[in-house]
Amino acid sequence: MRKTIFLCLIVLAAAPIGGAAPIRVVTSLQDLASIADSVGGERVETFSLAKGYQDPHFVEPKPSFVLRLSRADLLIVAGLDMEIGYLPPLLDQSRNGKIRPGNAGYLDASTGCEILERPRGIVTRAMGDVHPFGNPHYWLGPGNGRVIARAIAARLSQLDPPGASEYRANLARFEGRLAEGEKRWDAALGPFAGTEVVTYHNSWPNFLKRFRLVAAGFVEPKPGIPPAPAHVVQLVNLMKQRKVPVILMEPYFDERTPKTIAGRTGARLLTFIPSVGGVKAASDYVALFDHDVKVLADALRVATRP
Amino acid sequence: MRATRPFFLLLVFIGTAAVVNGQEPPAPTPTPSPGSEVSPTPEAPAETPPEPSPTELPAPVEAPAAAAVQNPTYFNPAIAVIGNFLGVSGKNPIEDRPSLEMRESEISFQAIVDPFARADFFVAVTNEEVELEEGFVTFTSLPADLLIKVGKFKAQIGKVNLMHLHMLPWADVPLPNENLIGGDEGWNDAGVSVARLFPLPGDTFSELVLQVFRGESEGLFEAPSRNDLAYLAHYRAYRDFGDDHNLELGSTWGRGSNGTTDDARTTLENLHLVYRWKPLTGRPYRQFILRSELTRSRREQPEGKQSARGFFVGADYRLSRRWWAGGRYEFADHADDDTARDRGEAVTLTFWPSEFSQLRAEGRRRKYAGGVTANELLVQLQFSIGAHGAHSF
Repeated sequence: MRKTIFLCLIVLAAAPIGGAAPIRVVTSLQDLASIADSVGGERVETFSLAKGYQDPHFVEPKPSFVLRLSRADLLIVAGLDMEIGYLPPLLDQSRNGKIRPGNAGYLDASTGCEILERPRGIVTRAMGDVHPFGNPHYWLGPGNGRVIARAIAARLSQLDPPGASEYRANLARFEGRLAEGEKRWDAALGPFAGTEVVTYHNSWPNFLKRFRLVAAGFVEPKPGIPPAPAHVVQLVNLMKQRKVPVILMEPYFDERTPKTIAGRTGARLLTFIPSVGGVKAASDYVALFDHDVKVLADALRVATRP
Repeated sequence: MRATRPFFLLLVFIGTAAVVNGQEPPAPTPTPSPGSEVSPTPEAPAETPPEPSPTELPAPVEAPAAAAVQNPTYFNPAIAVIGNFLGVSGKNPIEDRPSLEMRESEISFQAIVDPFARADFFVAVTNEEVELEEGFVTFTSLPADLLIKVGKFKAQIGKVNLMHLHMLPWADVPLPNENLIGGDEGWNDAGVSVARLFPLPGDTFSELVLQVFRGESEGLFEAPSRNDLAYLAHYRAYRDFGDDHNLELGSTWGRGSNGTTDDARTTLENLHLVYRWKPLTGRPYRQFILRSELTRSRREQPEGKQSARGFFVGADYRLSRRWWAGGRYEFADHADDDTARDRGEAVTLTFWPSEFSQLRAEGRRRKYAGGVTANELLVQLQFSIGAHGAHSF
C-alpha cells in the first residue's frame, strides 16, 4: 500500500517534466497576458493582476494575487516603475524565488522596446506622478508588441526547452497577424496624419507616434493630478484655436470634465481603450488596436467631412 | 507553554539556518548566474527569434530602461520621509495633546539585502526622541512557503496594530488599541516571525503567523527576566468575491508577562474583519472599506484578574478621486480595570491633493470612564517625500 502511494507521488512529481502541466505565467497587464497566450498557446496558462478595464497605476495588492504569484513559473511586468505601487509587497509575500528580478522567471517587457519621454535633467514630483524611466504605456505601439512577443518567446523557450519549436511557430503566427493588422491600421489612420488630439492621461505617446498623430494637450494638467478650472479654460482655448477634433479618454476616468470640454469646443469625446479586456471587442492584442483605430478613424472621418 | 517555547525557537532556528545554509537558488532554473545582472542588457532575448517581419521594425535603438539609471547611488536603499502634522482643538483632560504638533516624522530605508532577503527600517522622529519604530530583515526565498522576519517589528495582532501612523484611516488610534494593545505605539517588540501560506480551495488565501518576542512593549508587556518571552499566533483568511468585493477574517492570540508580579501574564485575543468594495468598472473612484476588531485582554495582577473588552467598527467611503468620508464607533475597558469603560464616536473627511499628501479632519467625541466627555476636532496633514515602498493590503 505504502509503495503504491510512494509511486503515485513520484509520478505526480515527475508529471511537470512530462509536459502535462502548463507553464504558469502571471503578468501585470492583460496586454502582456494576451501576447503570452498568443506565443505560449496550449503550453501556458496566464493570469493578469490588473484587468484591462482598470487603471493600471492603482492596482490593489490583494492577498489572492499572492497565491497566483506563489505558484507562478514566469512573471512578466511592464517595468518602468509601472508596478511599483503594488508588486513589491506581493513578490515578497509570494515566497517564490523563481520570479524575483534577476531570475529566469522574471521578465521586464520594456527591455528592448521603444520607450518615449524619458525625462532628461532633473525630475521632481512637482511634475506630478512622473515616471523617471520613461512613459510606461509603451505597449500601445504595435512595434513594441512585436518586441515583447519575441522576448516572451525566447524566455518561454528557455524555461520550457521542449516547447521551443511550438513557441517559434506561434510567434511567427502572431507576428503575421500583427503585420496584417498594421497594414489595416495604417490604411485607416494614414489620411489623418498630423492631426492633433487631446488625451486625458498621457497614455498614448507610442500610439500617436506610430500613427503620426500629435498630442496637443492633456485633460490632466500633470500626470495623476485631476484638472482644475484654470487648466480647463486654457485647454478649451487651445483646442478651439487649433481646431482639435477629438478627446481620447481611458474608460476608468471621470468623464464629467472631458464632457464639459467637449461641449465647449465641439470636439468629440471618445472612450479609448488602453488595454486588452478594456471592452469586450478588445479581446486580444491585435483586436485592441482594431477597436481603437476604428473608433478614432470613424470620429476623424466625421470631423473632417467638409 | 514551557514545552512549546523551546520547540518554537528550534523551528525558527531551523528556518533561519535553511536560508543561511541553502544559499543556492531555491529552485533550479537554467539561468545565467546572478553575476550577469551587472550587464547592461540582462533581459536581451537569449535566442534571436525568426527573421524580422516584412513591416518596418522600430529598432530598439535606446538602451534598456535599467541602463539609464545606473549611477553611484544605485545600491542605496530607497529613502522616504513622511511628515505628520496634527492640530487639536477642544478640551480633553484625559488625552491632552498639544494644540499644534509635528507629531511624528517617519524616515524609511528599504532595500534588497541579497537574493534571499530584504530589509526595512522605519525610524520615528518626534520632538522628544528618535526611535527605531521597526527594523527587520525578511527572508523571502525560503522553501515550504515560509516567510521569516527577524528584527524589531509590529506584532501581527488584528489590522490596526500593524499600520504605521500615516496608514491609519483616522487621525488617531481606536480605543481598543489605546487601552488594550499598547497605546499609540502598539505591540511592537524585537523578535522573530514565521509565516506560512496554507492555500484553501477556491483561490482563498490563508496564512498562519507565529511570532516570538523579547516581551518588552511599552504599556503592554514587561519581562522581569530573560525567559519571559511574549508569543503570538495569528491566522487570517482572505477571499475575493468577484472583481469588486473581498473579505478578510482573522484571529490572533498573544501572551506575555505584564510585570505587575513575577509571573503575572496578559493574554490577548483578537478577531478582525475587513470588507472592501472597489468596483473596477463603471463608477470611477468609488470605494468602500469596513474594518472591525474585537479584542479581549485578560490581565493577571495582584488585585485579581481583569478581563477587559474592546471593540471598534469603522467605515470609509470614497466620494470621488480625491475625497473620502468615514465614521467610527469604539469602546474599550481599561486593561487594568475592567469596570472602567471608555466609549467614542468619530467622523472623518479626507482630501488627497495628490498621491503624496493628505489632509484630514476628524470630529471626535470620547466619553471616558469617570464621566469626562471630550469633544474635539483633529486636523491632520501628512506629506511624503522620497520613495516609500508600497504597503501590503
